[in-house]
Amino acid sequence: MRATIRPWILGGAALAFAAGLAGIEQVAAQGMMAARKTIKIGFISTFSGPAAAIGNDMRNSFELGLDHVGRKLGGLPVEVIYEDDQIKPDVGVQKTQKLIQSDRVDFVVGYIWSNVMVASLKPLIDSKTVTIVTNAGASELAGPMCSPYVFSTSWQNDQTPAAIGTYMNQRGVKTAFLMGPNYIAGKDMLHGLQSTFTGKVVGQELTRWPDQLDFSAELSKAREAHPDAIFAFYPGGAGIQFVTQYAQSGLKGQIPLYTAFTIDDLSLPRLKDLAVGVPGAQNWVNDLPNATNKKFVADYRAKYKTSPSFYGADTYDAVPLLDSAVRAVHGNIADKEGLRKAIERADFKSVRGGFKFGNNHIPIQNFYLQDAAKNPDGSYSLHTVSLIVKDDQDKFHDKCPMK
Amino acid sequence: MLYFIEQCLNGVQLGMLLFLLAAGLTLIFGIMDLVNLAHGSLYMLGAYFAATFAAFTGSFVLGALLALVATAICGMVLEVIAIRPLYGRPHLDHVLGTFGLLLFFNELVRLVWGPAGMTLSLPSAMLTAVQIIPGLYYPLYRLVIILVALAVAALLYVVVMRTRLGMLIRAGASNREMVGALGVNIKLLYTLVFGLGATLAGFAGLMQAPILTVQIGMGENILILAFVVIIIGGIGSIRGAFVAAVIVGLIDTLGRAFLPDVLHSMLSVEAALTLAPAISSMSIYMLMAAVLVVRPEGLFPAASR
Repeated sequence: MRATIRPWILGGAALAFAAGLAGIEQVAAQGMMAARKTIKIGFISTFSGPAAAIGNDMRNSFELGLDHVGRKLGGLPVEVIYEDDQIKPDVGVQKTQKLIQSDRVDFVVGYIWSNVMVASLKPLIDSKTVTIVTNAGASELAGPMCSPYVFSTSWQNDQTPAAIGTYMNQRGVKTAFLMGPNYIAGKDMLHGLQSTFTGKVVGQELTRWPDQLDFSAELSKAREAHPDAIFAFYPGGAGIQFVTQYAQSGLKGQIPLYTAFTIDDLSLPRLKDLAVGVPGAQNWVNDLPNATNKKFVADYRAKYKTSPSFYGADTYDAVPLLDSAVRAVHGNIADKEGLRKAIERADFKSVRGGFKFGNNHIPIQNFYLQDAAKNPDGSYSLHTVSLIVKDDQDKFHDKCPMK
Repeated sequence: MLYFIEQCLNGVQLGMLLFLLAAGLTLIFGIMDLVNLAHGSLYMLGAYFAATFAAFTGSFVLGALLALVATAICGMVLEVIAIRPLYGRPHLDHVLGTFGLLLFFNELVRLVWGPAGMTLSLPSAMLTAVQIIPGLYYPLYRLVIILVALAVAALLYVVVMRTRLGMLIRAGASNREMVGALGVNIKLLYTLVFGLGATLAGFAGLMQAPILTVQIGMGENILILAFVVIIIGGIGSIRGAFVAAVIVGLIDTLGRAFLPDVLHSMLSVEAALTLAPAISSMSIYMLMAAVLVVRPEGLFPAASR
């Protein structure tokens, strides 16, 4: 008798235990859902050293973007974790891993420097983290290392100098001397210029990055080469140093300077007259005539008492983009496939007017000629002069396996 | 040929700035036996003071003079408050203590002047190149740097070699216990030497400011070069610092100017462009290593001056 009852009891106990487990699981799952009500965003930029000016502009713009959507993405509250890459690729990848593994963020946004971005790409791709790169535009990102979950709201590095190369052709420049810093972006920029510039390159220099700040030897070289024009790419503080030294060397009256990412709204207040008359190409200028941009620039000036730069503008765009994507998947951000498709549709209002992605998740967009001018009140600002290229797509999109 | 001369001038100009920084460093290291990593902070302070005072007074020269006074005072106050407890302790304590000061000054500057940095604008008359010899144009301001630094070097030479203070400084470098035993107020001498070193650093900072702009941490990279200079020149030797600064300046600049072309004759454009900046920045450290092997005490050891 006993022998027959035992399995019964055991079976019942097992059943009860299983039911209990299921119950616990259910509670846990509900708990997870509750925790999932907040969207965590990891934001990587530079917040220390002189380049902190760029990082602050990006953070300010991102915060303003969040203000504009009520600090909610697709109706879910947002928590942002800001991390400083110190312009170092090794620090950047470490911070990226921290955001993915210990903070378990849902999205990663930011990256100024192409070398930091490329170093951080592998953990992002491996963990399938949905990433919005808002400045760095390494050719690797656009070509062979493109990923279904990595998007850019900025550009591919070659595009901006390619636009200024087109403009140099229009101006009848026959010979040019090229300068940039010795890292991925510097090399991309010099390639980009040569992809459209039809004249002769009489010399090119890559300088130590980021510690070389004195360009006397290279400027002497440029003078010696007697080019029609000098092209330079010096982002951030280095741009201030380069343009200042170019003016001090007396070259300003002799050999015109054409730039990419060298004169921006952050450096202009310090360069003042030295920047006037130096043309540059850009995908966004603060006076682009569309409603989203007018609101962005006006609210930024009101909140931060200074003008936003292209770094900030491209970062601002990441907020409505993510908002549209989270809305499209109804807040179910575990649905990465749905998120990817929604982001690819780019159903949002950009500060650049229309916005669409190419197959490699790099925007197809216009590039404008910009110039610095002194305003009647004594301040300085950048203005759109003309459209150089319309709906430009980077030349690496063929190398990206995504179709 | 003219191009070569122009590049040599660029090298000498860099050397002059290094000398201004290294002279103060070598005085402090040689006489007070203090490894001062905060020397770059005084360089930064000089630049920030100059930018502030120049904006305040509207005059570059007046701003620079006020900045020199302010940096000297800062240096002497710093010596009394923070440096004195470090004397007679091992070099590791000096490094730790002055590294802490370096971080302190970076944060202080961030609090006072903000993180964005400042600009010290030159008078517009300086924004030009002058013809030194027919066909050779050189930026006027860089020429001014060379001439002013040469004047400072001469002044320093006279002070160190021809005055009583200089005699005490030299004696202190050779045998500080004996100087103390002879009744010289070593404490006061140290404060003065530190103040002089600070002034030289501040002067280098403010001269460099219009070229490199004024920003937090601006003294850190150039401080490494200044240490290389005093090691090559011989610790405690002003003359050694001068010669080594010019050598380092020339090697750095000429390497940047001519190495890409030399490499280009052997390698592809791409490889030469990438490799040249790396090799030229290495070359001064290779020189330092070579000097340490052949003459471990530097080119002009303090004892044999």
